Amino acid sequence: MDGFAEPSLYTVKAVFILDNDGNRLLSKYYDPELYPSMKEQKNFEMNVFNKTHKADNEISFLEGMTIVYKSSIDLFFYVAGSAQENELMLMAVLNCLFESLSQMLRKNVEKRTLLDNMDGVFLVVDEIIDGGVILESDPQQVIEKVNYRVRDCTEEQISLCNELTKIQIDNTVKLSSKFYLKI
Amino acid sequence: MIKKFDKKDEESGSGSNPFQHLEKSAVLQEARIFNETPINPRRCLHILTKIIYLLNQGEHFGTTEATEAFFAMTRLFQSNDQTLRRMCYLTIKEMANISEDVIIVTSSLTKDMTGKEDVYRGPAIRALCRITDTTMLQAIERYMKQAIVDKVPSVSSSALVSSLHMVKMSFDVVKRWVNEAQEAASSDNIMVQYHALGLLYHLRKNDRLAVTKMLNKFTKSGLKSPFAYCMMIRIASKLLEETEGGHDSPLFDFIESCLRNKHEMVVYEAASAIVHMPKCTARELAPAVSVLQLFCSSPKAALRYAAVRTLNKVAMKHPSAVTACNLDLENLITDSNRSIATLAITTLLKTGSESSVDRLMKQISSFVSEISDEFKVVVVQAISALCQKYPRKHSVMMNFLSNMLRDDGGFEYKRAIVDCIISIIEENPESKETGLAHLCEFIEDCEHTVLATKILHMLGKEGPRTPTPSKYIRFIFNRVVLESEAVRAAAVSALAKFGAQNDDLLPSVLVLMQRCMMDSDDEVRDRATFYMNVLQQKQKALNAAYIFNGLSVSVPGLEKSLHQYTLEPSEKPFDMKTVPLATAPITEQKTEIAPMATSKLPEKLAPARQDIYQEQLAAIPEFKGLGPLFKSSEPVQLTEAETEYVVRCIKHTFANHMIFQFDCTNTLNDQLLQRVQVQMEPSESYEVLHYVPAPSLHYSQPNSCYSLVRLPEDDPTAVSCTFSCTMKYLVRDCDPNTGEPDDDGYDDEYVLEDLEVTVADHIQKVLKPNFGAAWEEIGDEFEKEETFALATVRTLDEAVNNIISFLGMQPCERSDKVPENKNSHVLFLAGVFRGGHDVLVRARLALADGVTMQVTVRSTDENVVDVILASVG
Repeated sequence: MDGFAEPSLYTVKAVFILDNDGNRLLSKYYDPELYPSMKEQKNFEMNVFNKTHKADNEISFLEGMTIVYKSSIDLFFYVAGSAQENELMLMAVLNCLFESLSQMLRKNVEKRTLLDNMDGVFLVVDEIIDGGVILESDPQQVIEKVNYRVRDCTEEQISLCNELTKIQIDNTVKLSSKFYLKI
Repeated sequence: MIKKFDKKDEESGSGSNPFQHLEKSAVLQEARIFNETPINPRRCLHILTKIIYLLNQGEHFGTTEATEAFFAMTRLFQSNDQTLRRMCYLTIKEMANISEDVIIVTSSLTKDMTGKEDVYRGPAIRALCRITDTTMLQAIERYMKQAIVDKVPSVSSSALVSSLHMVKMSFDVVKRWVNEAQEAASSDNIMVQYHALGLLYHLRKNDRLAVTKMLNKFTKSGLKSPFAYCMMIRIASKLLEETEGGHDSPLFDFIESCLRNKHEMVVYEAASAIVHMPKCTARELAPAVSVLQLFCSSPKAALRYAAVRTLNKVAMKHPSAVTACNLDLENLITDSNRSIATLAITTLLKTGSESSVDRLMKQISSFVSEISDEFKVVVVQAISALCQKYPRKHSVMMNFLSNMLRDDGGFEYKRAIVDCIISIIEENPESKETGLAHLCEFIEDCEHTVLATKILHMLGKEGPRTPTPSKYIRFIFNRVVLESEAVRAAAVSALAKFGAQNDDLLPSVLVLMQRCMMDSDDEVRDRATFYMNVLQQKQKALNAAYIFNGLSVSVPGLEKSLHQYTLEPSEKPFDMKTVPLATAPITEQKTEIAPMATSKLPEKLAPARQDIYQEQLAAIPEFKGLGPLFKSSEPVQLTEAETEYVVRCIKHTFANHMIFQFDCTNTLNDQLLQRVQVQMEPSESYEVLHYVPAPSLHYSQPNSCYSLVRLPEDDPTAVSCTFSCTMKYLVRDCDPNTGEPDDDGYDDEYVLEDLEVTVADHIQKVLKPNFGAAWEEIGDEFEKEETFALATVRTLDEAVNNIISFLGMQPCERSDKVPENKNSHVLFLAGVFRGGHDVLVRARLALADGVTMQVTVRSTDENVVDVILASVG
């Protein structure tokens, strides 16, 4: 085995979030040579899920990759790196991802809240890893950069919200027309 | 509009997925509201999220629909909603490869990246660099330089990381930003530091001097970021490896000092780097091992895992260094994380004494069914190593392996077990019969064709030489009745070997062959008919040539030669000798006792090295008509490390010629070399026919030049020669930054080290699986024998290795291994001499004061025998 991997910032090979049936909610692959097709990716995720969901063991080695993971209620978070990768670096990424989401979702790290704030989740992942490079590892920084307001979406609220925006816009229009009239 | 919250989902509770029933067409339909004025940020945000979600699920978007959605999305830049804008950036990145004309957003992104809103600037840079190609990069270069040194950390980090991504695409442009990256490296922000260091290294990694300087600077100034420290440790250990620097080097001191860093991540990285260093002594390992020992009792599973995995690696090379940790490892045997437990046990198996083996094996068999295949392979590898260490334990191991073989498991796992059993059989003659019996049982119910054929091959090789060969016949013939074509064919070949070697079995084998001739598959029928006819001749030489020792040519080479032959029909029959020989003997690959499963990414079938050379050389018009490539040597370095130019030579041998391929690298970034060639002065009657210069040699882009040499025809025994080599070229100075060369240059030359051609360059290794049969086949027509005294050699092992490397021939029948405590040994070597003459060497060695060696050489050509004996003497 080549003990020395080429020194590189490309640490993370893949990150994914699965639900408690092993379905993909979000996943990003950063190494184009690793599972180029969707089918391979989903097979890999299923395999990882089957091997890890029963015991909360934090770390495993599957399909030639080191995988660190964490679960919360009905969610499973995974970060995968090469066999030579520093396991603690991968752990740092996983912890940052989990802590950031936990703060953003006000500790409700469960499937429904996550899906209701999916845009925020995409943004958080984007702030932590960029193309396989660890961009940020401090959850506080991530939250500040994303600057996302959480919402508890129910149908009523959204339609209410829509109504409100409409009214607001109408008002602006009225105001500005008044403004013009004055001039 | 928000159809996703239909009644059913609402009822099924909070676990349901609001995105579950999304339809791409419906979402794209909804995306039309992007065009409405005024923009409703909330609704648009929701639709963008749905689009990204769909892309993430692997939904396929056609170019037209993607482009349409993308263009609609560009309108959303008019809104000032922060999250919406950020989602636009994400959409741009996701769609960069599916939509057309993504560069349309360039100006919007450039505006955001240079604007006042800091929250937009970083993400905008990253999105912009994602859609920028080489031609566009010039246009944004100015902004990128500014962004790299920006005082806002997120902006600087984004610019650095994006630059790193673009190094692959346009190295030359990004290289010009090195000063800015340098400035960013002294930033206070830990992530900026890390990213700047990474970029600087990628830009300078071909320039060892610059990397060394950079490391010195940062080790002195000290960095804050633990990530940056890890990166520095990796760079330092790579430098140490390349320069083969001793452990008194400041680089090693730096790595060792990191063992006292306050971050566990850095400490672990340093320990792991020390452990992986080649030629590390036990004393240097000790501090690394003791920090790993501490980690073994950490409450964090990842840390325990990392520690025990690294200790496992140490135990491969220095088991004694790990003995101190045995107690900590014992505690991990019952770890709830089975990966950790497995690693702990396999480490203990390597470090522990023979007496603890049974206990550990019992422990591991209690949970072997719970662990993943990857770790089962680790267990098998540990057992394989153990069998070599304690040969007496083979019965316990064999038993354990056969139990594992019966359990469920994937192909990789089964293959590891089979390889392990085969290597035990080969190492340890006592275990042969039990091992073969287990393998026989396994193929009775084996779904993997590859393994079944491998085992049948093994049975054919080893079975006939056991005391009762007849008992294997039943297992083999069962395969002919029950299995797929490939396995049936392999079984027929195995049967033939029994018939050829055991006269009393021959009649029954012939009867079975007769039945196989009625098989439904033509390959099986062909093989049976062929073997039937060979066996009926009852001639030893035929058996040796066609049953025991198969073809030794390279398969792609054979394919190419046959194709060539069919293109140019001629009266002459096809000559097997025109086919290049296979370089690596295929059959005797030993099971690698590699550290745990290295990367198991899909193995690409790489063509053999020699086939690549054959192609490359055939493409050069000057080298037409030399015949097939006979042998390519390993590269020989002709310069010292760290010189201005690095040159290595590969010697290609043909029937009557040799081509010397010089791979040159220019390590000076202010020079362009042109018309590079290597002048050669031979010491013997070798004649240099032709030089093929390399047209140009740019900085750090290797190129090759060639020399064609004719071998002396009148004196076939002149096999060795020394060439003095000089590299001649035209130098043009150039600007290190742009690579623009001056208009005129001057001629210069550079003296290289001498190049030796030895007898080994004329001989290709060929494996004869049955040496005795091959020996009889060649006959004693040209046999010669001589006795030598090797005064300088002290042990049999050393003598064997010297002879093998000197003659460059293939040891057969595992005769390269000298059993311990023996005073005499017989070494069998096989090869083919240039021109296609088989050569076999039998060397009897006896150890007295020095080593006395009696060499017997047989060949199909008398000259070859003389050459070998002359060169040994």
